[in-house]
Amino acid sequence: MKRALSLLGVGLTATALLASCSEGERPARQRADAQTSNVSTSRATGANGTLEQVARERNLTPDDLIAAAKTYLPSGRHDDYIMFSSGGHSGQLFLIGVPSMRLLRTVAVFTPESWQGWGFGAGNEILDEGKVNGRDVLWADTHHPALSETNGDYDGEFCFINDKANARIAVIDLKDFETKQIVKNPLSLSDHGGCFVTPDTEWVIEGGQYGSPLGWEYAPIEDYNNSYRGYVTFWKFDRASGRILTDKSFAMELPPYWQDLFDAGKFVSEGWIFGNSINTELATGGIESGNPPFEAGVSQRDNDYLHVINFEKAIATYNAGKTREVAGFPVIETQTAVDEGLLYFIPEPKSPHGVDISPDGNYIVVSGKLDPHVTIYGFNEIQEAIAGGGYTQDQYGVPILDFDDCTVAQIEVGLGPLHTQFDDQGYAYTSLFLEPAVARWALGGEAGKLNPEPDWSLVGKVNVHYNVGHISAAEGDTASPDGKYLVSLNKWSIDRFFPTGPLLPQNFQLVDIADQGDSMQLLYDMPVGFGEPHYAQIIKADKLDPWLVYPEIGWDPVHQRVDPNAPRAGQEGITRNGNTVTVNMTAIRSHFNPEHVKVKQGDRVIWRLTSVERAQDSTHGFALPAYNINLSLEPGEYIQFEFVADQAGTFPFYCSEFCSALHLEMMGYFLVEPN
Amino acid sequence: MAGLIETFIGPRVPIEELRRRRFHYLAPGVVLSIARLCLLVSIFLPYWMMELQAPQYPDGLHVEAYVNRLVGDVAEIDGLNHYIGMRPLEDAAQLERTLSIAMLIVLVIAIEGALYIHTKWAALIVLPVIVFPAFFLIDLHFWMHTFGQNLDPAAPLSSSIKPFTPPVLGVGVIGQFKTIASMGPGLLLAWCASLLTIVGLVLHRRAYRPLHDLKEPVTT
Repeated sequence: MKRALSLLGVGLTATALLASCSEGERPARQRADAQTSNVSTSRATGANGTLEQVARERNLTPDDLIAAAKTYLPSGRHDDYIMFSSGGHSGQLFLIGVPSMRLLRTVAVFTPESWQGWGFGAGNEILDEGKVNGRDVLWADTHHPALSETNGDYDGEFCFINDKANARIAVIDLKDFETKQIVKNPLSLSDHGGCFVTPDTEWVIEGGQYGSPLGWEYAPIEDYNNSYRGYVTFWKFDRASGRILTDKSFAMELPPYWQDLFDAGKFVSEGWIFGNSINTELATGGIESGNPPFEAGVSQRDNDYLHVINFEKAIATYNAGKTREVAGFPVIETQTAVDEGLLYFIPEPKSPHGVDISPDGNYIVVSGKLDPHVTIYGFNEIQEAIAGGGYTQDQYGVPILDFDDCTVAQIEVGLGPLHTQFDDQGYAYTSLFLEPAVARWALGGEAGKLNPEPDWSLVGKVNVHYNVGHISAAEGDTASPDGKYLVSLNKWSIDRFFPTGPLLPQNFQLVDIADQGDSMQLLYDMPVGFGEPHYAQIIKADKLDPWLVYPEIGWDPVHQRVDPNAPRAGQEGITRNGNTVTVNMTAIRSHFNPEHVKVKQGDRVIWRLTSVERAQDSTHGFALPAYNINLSLEPGEYIQFEFVADQAGTFPFYCSEFCSALHLEMMGYFLVEPN
Repeated sequence: MAGLIETFIGPRVPIEELRRRRFHYLAPGVVLSIARLCLLVSIFLPYWMMELQAPQYPDGLHVEAYVNRLVGDVAEIDGLNHYIGMRPLEDAAQLERTLSIAMLIVLVIAIEGALYIHTKWAALIVLPVIVFPAFFLIDLHFWMHTFGQNLDPAAPLSSSIKPFTPPVLGVGVIGQFKTIASMGPGLLLAWCASLLTIVGLVLHRRAYRPLHDLKEPVTT
């Protein structure tokens, strides 16, 4: 017993020793941070003069100084939020820090991007998934990014984005911010209404836009009403594999009303999907023949139709096989949708451009862009109207519910209302394209109690510069918005920046929405000179958990696993099998191994390249001139590319990312001996 | 033969004497047991740690040497070292690392053995335990010296970095790197074992020497 006690004593001594040893070895960076945060805020004298002097010299008002202080980030400090912005015609996705409004990086999606090697030896198989009728389509008009959600809240795992021009959807994994999949919709060539996800990201919604025959087959425009159709596609997403399962997805045929945007219901309205439309006139244009141009023809009626889809029932209908195959894809026909009670219409004010569900799932907000109101529909009211029966029908037999039965309120917010976002104080924000401004208005119901203003009332506006399209508030389309910041995605910048020739950047304007009442403050203008973004979503940065380097050496980012073919250190070499030459190469600061690659003209070359680096940011490039190859090899990454060495000659290959002091020396020779 | 063993292991304590002064005779055993435990536990802890600080590595690079292995940013440090022509860290002290665990167990057994030897031979048996931590540092210094002084003359930076010996403990500077080397908890435990063994020996001798003297009256 005594011996046992003495052993216990020893154990305690040892533990105490260990504890004292492990103290005092924390990283130096944390200590440095602690020191800098102690700087007194009253100290307004910098190395180059006082705050007052700087303000006078630079002609800054006190408001300017406050705006600067609210957005400035000292070196090394990170933003609280990350904005995922569509890259517009760049075909990419932009990552922007909020509130600093600094562009962090672009993510190559539909379009080749040489820095990331996307389409130049890497990502080619994914770009190939985006082919249309077997042809390369290497640009895209990206519109609406959608972050994956769990319980209606962003979870930071995936991002989806659509290409309006060719009706394609891409899946981006937020572990490495690389595109993993591109899905081409077999039904249509345009898809404005994507992407939107259901509250647990089981489905990705992609609404079409311009009416066309399904499968874009030929049909005379004169036969528009009979042969042309709209659609909405529901893509099944499998979180485990990080892929859309095309063989478990389906679509619903809709009248050719130019469906615009969609959104998924949440909480009480979960299992329902809402969309809007702008051309219930069925206008077909033809200005050259004396017909009203589209801009007039599409704007004739005072109402278009809000689409209400019972999605739970639609899934059941699809599972029951009540679909028709179009271009090999299952489609619930409009008549089936009507018969099964899947689809209802409600009149909505003229040519709307937004349909947004309130955070509690109770209200559906629609802005008719040619009507000065936002119109708020109640989910419960809609359900009662559906249960009440006695509907009128449109010419395709779809039941139309009564406008007054379904609406809760209409608020006059201003000219050209488009899109609505929400905050955590019971406010909604609607962009006003024509004024141009962002309007803040008070919600009703439970959310209305969070602020002092009367329910369903306009609270205030902030002018933006100029011609705002979408707006994005921090987590502003989720079940729990954060408030604090709103970004206005302005189409025109006119005089806001130095004129870069006739083509000017877009203007992202950051607005402080933290305080209640009519108190929104414009904080910052960010020029966007690399595409025309449409929509953006802003996620709290701490929800993202990206890899700092690939998890293991030899990682294949396409399949997110180690590739058994990836050469490791010590496995380098060149092997020949007939006319096929396999190069097993590694890259590490500051050399490739092997450095001499000798083949004969006409050989098929399989080049396998692994970065055996483990240090954060030690990225290598691999450029093979004349063969149009450039790769970005991030630490641990493995890439394989193949080509036929049809050009004889001497080709110095080199590391195209400045990796180290001996970066220039990181090169080798690809020698192709002529026949 | 029995006489020889008797000379070596020394006198036993009479049972009534043991009962009378229990603590007096058990104390050395307790102290030496703690020393044994310290050595055993030290196998599982780093003996030596080095941090390399440079602007490009905001969190620094770290390597920890256990008696039988190296852990930490070894590959990255090797990658950097190849520029100056230093051999990979894994090449160092291979024999020592291979034998270390067996050797430490032998040391632990030696302490155990010393408990039963009531003569001055006990000191000889545990001498390796006493000098072990110092030996570790001297051996480490030998390897640092060998590696630092024998740089590959064909290495990229061979002309700008002259041969050097990184300090085994404390701060050194090489290129843009600052190296901070310190003893790890394992080595501190080995030092404890060393000190406790000395203390244990003193108590041991104090307890048994009178018995010894009683049996063999001083001849000088």
